[in-house]
Amino acid sequence: MNIFVLLRLAPDTVEELEIGGDGKSLDADILRFKPNDPDEHAVEEAVLLKEKHGGTVTVAALETPEVDDILYTALAKGADRAVKLTGDLGAAQSEAAARLLAGFLKAGGPALAPDTLILLRSQSIDDLEGEVGPYLAEALGLPYACVVTQVAPAGGAVKVTREFSGGLRGEFTLPLPAVLGIQSAEKPPRYVPIAKVRAAMKTARIETVDAGAVEQPARVGVERMYKPEAAGRAVMIEGAPEEVADKVVELLSKNSVI
Amino acid sequence: MAKPILMLAEQVRGQLSDISFEMLGLGRRLADALGAPLSALVLGSEGAPLAARLGLADKALTAEDPRLNMAPPGTMADALRQVIEKEQAGLVLIGATNVCMGVGSILSARTGLPFVNNVRQAQAEEGAVRLTSQMYGGKILADVRLGGACGIAGIYPGAFPADAGRSDKAPPVEAAGVTVTAPKETFERYIEPETGDVDITKEKVLVAVGRGIQTQDNVGMAEELAAALGGAVCASRPVIDQGWLPLSRQVGKSGMNVKPRLYLALGISGAPEHWEGMQGSQCIIAVNTDAKAPIFDGAHYGIVGDALEFIPLLTDRLKARRG
Amino acid sequence: MDPVKFSLFGLPGVALLWALALAAFAVFGWRIARLIGLLRQGRYENRFDRLPRRLGHFLKHVLLQPRLFNERSIGLPHFLIFWGFVVYALCFNWALIRGLAPFLPIPYPDEVPAVALFLDVFAVLVLVSLGVAVARRLFYAPPHLHLSFDANLILSLIGMLMVSTLVGGAARIVAEGGRSAAWTPFSGLLAGLFSGASRETAHHIVAAAWWVHMLTVLGFLVYLPFSKHLHLLASPFNVFFNASATRAVGDLGTPGAKEDLTAGASRWQELTWKQILGGFSCAECGRCDRSCPAAGSGYPLLPQQIIQKVKDHVVRHGLNGANGNGVPKLVGEVITPAELWACATCMACMNCCAVWNEQVSVIVALRRHLVSQGEVDRTVQDMLGNLQRYGNSFGKSDRMRARWAQASGLKIKDARKEPVDYLWFVGDYASYDPRCEEITRKTARVFARAGLDYGLLYEAERNAGNDVRRVGEEGLFEVLKEKNQQAFQKARFQRIVTTDPHTLNTLRHEYAWEGARPEVRHYTEVLDELLQGSKLPLRQKLSGRVTYHDPCYLGRYNGVYDAPRRILGALGLELVEMPRSRDKSYCCGAGGGRIWMEDAEKVQERPAESRVREAVALGGVSTLVVACPKDLAMFRDAVKTTGNEGRLAVKDIAELIDEATAEPEAKPA
Repeated sequence: MNIFVLLRLAPDTVEELEIGGDGKSLDADILRFKPNDPDEHAVEEAVLLKEKHGGTVTVAALETPEVDDILYTALAKGADRAVKLTGDLGAAQSEAAARLLAGFLKAGGPALAPDTLILLRSQSIDDLEGEVGPYLAEALGLPYACVVTQVAPAGGAVKVTREFSGGLRGEFTLPLPAVLGIQSAEKPPRYVPIAKVRAAMKTARIETVDAGAVEQPARVGVERMYKPEAAGRAVMIEGAPEEVADKVVELLSKNSVI
Repeated sequence: MAKPILMLAEQVRGQLSDISFEMLGLGRRLADALGAPLSALVLGSEGAPLAARLGLADKALTAEDPRLNMAPPGTMADALRQVIEKEQAGLVLIGATNVCMGVGSILSARTGLPFVNNVRQAQAEEGAVRLTSQMYGGKILADVRLGGACGIAGIYPGAFPADAGRSDKAPPVEAAGVTVTAPKETFERYIEPETGDVDITKEKVLVAVGRGIQTQDNVGMAEELAAALGGAVCASRPVIDQGWLPLSRQVGKSGMNVKPRLYLALGISGAPEHWEGMQGSQCIIAVNTDAKAPIFDGAHYGIVGDALEFIPLLTDRLKARRG
Repeated sequence: MDPVKFSLFGLPGVALLWALALAAFAVFGWRIARLIGLLRQGRYENRFDRLPRRLGHFLKHVLLQPRLFNERSIGLPHFLIFWGFVVYALCFNWALIRGLAPFLPIPYPDEVPAVALFLDVFAVLVLVSLGVAVARRLFYAPPHLHLSFDANLILSLIGMLMVSTLVGGAARIVAEGGRSAAWTPFSGLLAGLFSGASRETAHHIVAAAWWVHMLTVLGFLVYLPFSKHLHLLASPFNVFFNASATRAVGDLGTPGAKEDLTAGASRWQELTWKQILGGFSCAECGRCDRSCPAAGSGYPLLPQQIIQKVKDHVVRHGLNGANGNGVPKLVGEVITPAELWACATCMACMNCCAVWNEQVSVIVALRRHLVSQGEVDRTVQDMLGNLQRYGNSFGKSDRMRARWAQASGLKIKDARKEPVDYLWFVGDYASYDPRCEEITRKTARVFARAGLDYGLLYEAERNAGNDVRRVGEEGLFEVLKEKNQQAFQKARFQRIVTTDPHTLNTLRHEYAWEGARPEVRHYTEVLDELLQGSKLPLRQKLSGRVTYHDPCYLGRYNGVYDAPRRILGALGLELVEMPRSRDKSYCCGAGGGRIWMEDAEKVQERPAESRVREAVALGGVSTLVVACPKDLAMFRDAVKTTGNEGRLAVKDIAELIDEATAEPEAKPA
């Protein structure tokens, strides 16, 4: 199997987010980037697939601050190749990002190898479209499944489980090559000790590929960005823990829950 | 007159989801403000009886083909594209749900229409539509203007009232005349939800635990509290992923949608995916160590503190009351 | 009369002795050489530094054995058996040389009156001690004492040596025609046994006793390196080469290592030679198991078993030269991950080990292997991920580290911007845990009242890495250390004060400093000094009976026992000691990363619960005073889970000082 994992680091929401001077974007100076949980799951699923079925795992990411660390970590986890896509990336929205990634994938020829599987996160938090996978699948003309929680390659196809709602899931078969939006890997992402990451930094190399410039401007722009008003903010119950518990009991009995 | 508005009703095995009515209510409001007609599209077999319930639409369209039941996003997008062309639709409303995930992006790629996902607010203004999209896990809102009211909006579940979309009327129903091409992604089978011991959608009181519960042992503490309250324990995704509770107890986007009388959120930060599944609760009391956790923005009552400290205190008091 | 002057089946006695001695020494030497060969297959670490200090350590702990006296039932008996052994070993060699070389113009040792007296008296002392040792094994064996056949055999052999000496001495009195028994009083008592024997017969008995004695020792010599009494040979070296002879016990570093040890040990050859020597030195006494809080709570860990399993594994597979196939995995099969993760690195085992074994370093070496394989508890993984990304285990932004200070109303200096006397290294729990934040603010206020010139590193502070290192994530420890060291370089300060004893330990012993190592002190040490020097005025005396829990990393690791006690006294509180106090303090169970782990199975009684019950059982004690943020978290939980709410309050010592030093009008209403 020829597995690609495509990463795009997103601002870390553990940190405070501030609006930039233009009022339309985040203050880039204080942003810190990290892969979102589903990105880590996509890497994990790729490594699990490689361990089970063999093949190579290539992790490619659009250049953002801190991306090298993430790529080396992926190598330490078991990826074989790490590629950093550079260029005039600007604030590539989902569709533009998908085109850059598609360009990279098609660099070796318009047809992907028949055993190619492309994994990426199911949803994004950092742009208006909120998903890169479908755009990428369209740009490559490949089948696509999202909210995927299980992947089982079989012959020239891959069987996936995707989540619907209310606990209902569905099983689909996709011919390869295919694009999958990963919700969660079969197992939680593994821990890779720092020493292994450092060893990867010494022995492995991150390939840099010029992805060119964003061709397609966003189809629609943000007019204004702001933090949600905490208008409907909760009534805070304060005091020592014991007092709080008393107050909650009182509240529950007033609302005749108890 | 503005271009027609088209909404994609969402059905899960013969049942219309709440999001369908939420979008219908929103679509009606926008259509009236823009002076545009509103069409609703139901995909999948047995669509007619479902279409009949979408009375607020000026017209309901059906595409009765079993291949459109829970279809892959590309297939749904293809059906939508045909209807958009036929109806000359401008604004398209799709649920930002797991069931319809991917449809908006693929449709956007194929039609060139802009796509704005996770829309929480929408206003018509002078032939355009202003949408507010939720980004960065709910920490940021972004306003976007769709000129000519043309584009695709992924509507965030629970952001608009479902009641505004319900009506006793029946709309005129007609076949959309969609040609279904065989999808590249073949549907094999449903995997039914695990039948849990408890149906959390029917419980009046839910004690919900999140990351803050820290260990599986502490889930036991929450169960004791739930028992004292006469309810059940449910959880956010991280707890389910740990395997500490069965999938049937998950609340949120991939899990259950619950509306209990009391929702006690313990150590749950309130990520949008979770919020989606419990926002309809009558009374939400949240306990979290982080005073800035988004859960406090929507809960009715908030307590900044350690859930682990709070649980036994409350359990003891409830037990004492019962004697 | 010379016992070697006889012949057996025509073989002269001297020749027989030569043959037997050569055979015994050959077997002994061969075995020892092979065991040393095993040590040499271990990884190198330098334990040859500061030899005079090592010698001092050796003299004290091998010759005087103070740690054995910690258990009264066996302390003195072991001491006497040990010294009896030394005396007898010397005399054996003397007698052997004399026997092998009859032409030497020297007497046998028992022919020298003073030596004979020594042997005579020790024979009885050792026999009595053996009686006690046997009785202890038979009738009142302490838990975890390994009751092996081996031990009984050895006790019998030693008894045989003593009995043969006494019998020989008694027979000699008869053989020499009623020689005075003044130099051999106990043999004299026995002489009556042979009163009926002819001098001829008595001579034979003397010779027979001599031969029995010599043969027993030679047999012992052969048996020794195959038995648990290998400890007798290995442990003096183990004590001599002990890490804490020249370094702090809280330093987990491996000086002189020639290989990268971050990935730990997956095979026995990846342990250091000293860690393997530890196995040879273990006497199976069970002291460590008896002191281990994990073992006491029913976790699957027994520190002695770790050492013993390593030894058995090394000896079995190392001596067979087996490698790879058929050799069980050291981590996973021989020793399970559950055993390794149960350790709170509290140092109770190492603190009582009579042969100065280093259990914690072995456990951490094996944990490192698990970490290198990513085999880490989910919760620990999350914590390590947080530490990697945010530098704290709470997964909060490093920019929020000093948020507690904003709410304190105090303007606390930034040591990176202006010089301070004390740099306050606050630590994760005191900075981020909502239960601790208020206490941290109180500590800050107390510092301010004392006029202490102090500052913080603010967001530049990272978790110090003490627990990270003990979890086995050595690479991450190095990263955290580097980041903190960079921050230290940018700051200007004279000394460091820490809240968390774990932080104290690693900063004090495991960090490298450019130039002079600054003094690193715990806040209790600083506050004690301020109170003693009347720099911190007391506004009101407190009253009441309290007890104090010695944090492992403050007490056993760093020897700070008195400062907190003096503070409590100065505040006017009456201190009631728990039975397990000072260096016998019972761990709360949070150390070594345990605070991040969840219990896979139900345990009998968590260490913290045991401790809380111990405090409650004192009677009339209202408060359990702690001096570590993790203790606060652990004991407050344990007070709840043991149903002692309202009966016992858990307070940080800083809270009490704040109460006693608060200006009345400044006190919040």
